[in-house]
Amino acid sequence: MTAGLNLFEQQARNRRLTVAWMVLFILFFAWLGFGGDLALYLAAAARTEGQVPYRFPWIGAVVTLIAAITAWVSWRKGPQQVLWSTGAREVTTPQSFEEKQFVDVVEEMAVATGLPKPKVYVIDDPDPNAFATGRDPPSACIAATTGLLAILNREELQAVVAHEMGHVRNFDVRLMTLIAALVGVIVVLSNGMGRMLRGGGGRGVGGLLGGRERKASGPLLIAAAVVFVLWVITLILAPFISRIMAMAVSRDREYLADATGAELTRNPAALVSALQKIETHEAPTTHIKEGAAHLCIADPLGRDVNTREGRLADLLATHPPMAMRITRLKGMAYQQLKAAGPAPTA
Amino acid sequence: MGTILFLVVVVVLILWVVGAYNGLVALKNQTVNAWKQIDVQLKRRHDLIPNLVNTVKGSMNFEKDTLDAVVSARSRAMQSGAGGGMNVKETAAAEGALTGALGKLFVVMERYPDLKSSQNVRDLQEELSSTENKIAFARQFYNDTATNYNTKQQQFPTNLVAGLARAEIAELWEIEDKAERAVPTVDLSLQKPQG
Repeated sequence: MTAGLNLFEQQARNRRLTVAWMVLFILFFAWLGFGGDLALYLAAAARTEGQVPYRFPWIGAVVTLIAAITAWVSWRKGPQQVLWSTGAREVTTPQSFEEKQFVDVVEEMAVATGLPKPKVYVIDDPDPNAFATGRDPPSACIAATTGLLAILNREELQAVVAHEMGHVRNFDVRLMTLIAALVGVIVVLSNGMGRMLRGGGGRGVGGLLGGRERKASGPLLIAAAVVFVLWVITLILAPFISRIMAMAVSRDREYLADATGAELTRNPAALVSALQKIETHEAPTTHIKEGAAHLCIADPLGRDVNTREGRLADLLATHPPMAMRITRLKGMAYQQLKAAGPAPTA
Repeated sequence: MGTILFLVVVVVLILWVVGAYNGLVALKNQTVNAWKQIDVQLKRRHDLIPNLVNTVKGSMNFEKDTLDAVVSARSRAMQSGAGGGMNVKETAAAEGALTGALGKLFVVMERYPDLKSSQNVRDLQEELSSTENKIAFARQFYNDTATNYNTKQQQFPTNLVAGLARAEIAELWEIEDKAERAVPTVDLSLQKPQG
């Protein structure tokens, strides 16, 4: 179905999907933060009449503050850390013909987007891969492995760089950094709360909810208990749920970057053949760690889930299945041919 | 009550006019800037050509016609761009001719294997084809930006303030050369390429 859309329709669709996922993500996060406050508020309301003593949502405020700080720090420091951890070296004066071509292609794509030229990095790794990082377009960096430069021809390299430029133009680094920070906070929160409930904290919460006070009124207390139980259950499942949502956003951004790349080069077929070459060479890219996986052209960890199609693969992969990406790109190429009129001999 | 409502409507209208006006001005400047980006790349190409001609002249003495065509197309293209203004049609025609002449030169160069294998020529050719690509991408970016600008000033209700913002339809860079216009063949078969 989606393969029948041209590249602009695909971009619009992916943007809408990202917005929907982000709204869900924020709602989920808000529930994790303020759900506990709601339970405590209801419990407090059940025990007292008139003014409720629980006025400030402490849990939600603290959690939001921690998330904001984490996101800010990783947004400021993340890009340099990613480059450093992969052992990438900046190319200022190209040492070989391949590097020269790589720098040229990056310049071409910068012209095509009308953005400043990103810094160019090379990673000495025989496995073909590439990624983009940076806080915003002016501080963007594009890195490729020597393996990628070796196996792709000029057009294919251009297609891959266009995909990475797509990540830069769509502000994917910012989006994914924010999401990674949220997921991190959720995991820490879940672990911390779990420990607290198992330990002495459970008694304190039980005391709050338990109807030991004289004026405990029934329905409100039941509501408080229900909210509390639901909140604890979601907290326990939260790391898993938030990862699934993060991966869904990541896959959307991959499709979007594919479509943006096709818009820049007007040559979806080149990305198809580049992806096919990368796929046949697929092996773990040892130099790229998990932190940068979602910005690569192909999953550097080479996990099985990315190559299979199916329910589990759909949920846990950073990248959509290669076959799906190729199908959609071919759909774009077909739409382009159709728009251009009957092909001479094809 | 009535006056308040009237005032609210007036304020909203004024805000909208300011927003639409500023939007059009921003788009206009973006279009001019996109055109300047093409200019930068065209200049780069003009600077590279004497270099290329000098390098290949020795080994391609008998292809004098092809080389002369490139040189004269270059000087004509430089003349048309000398005005500095946005003369889209004229520049497009002159630069299209230069692209054609360069393309012919590259085809001829294919016949000289030792010329092609020389490191110097290989670097120059990469430099030139990269510049050709940059021109094409800058042109694509200009056309996209200009189309965006044109659409905005024609669409209702922005077209109401188009006169106020002195918006004019920006000319697109059309491809004159027939060879350039030819549709590239795209392989949609499911075969994997030999890598």
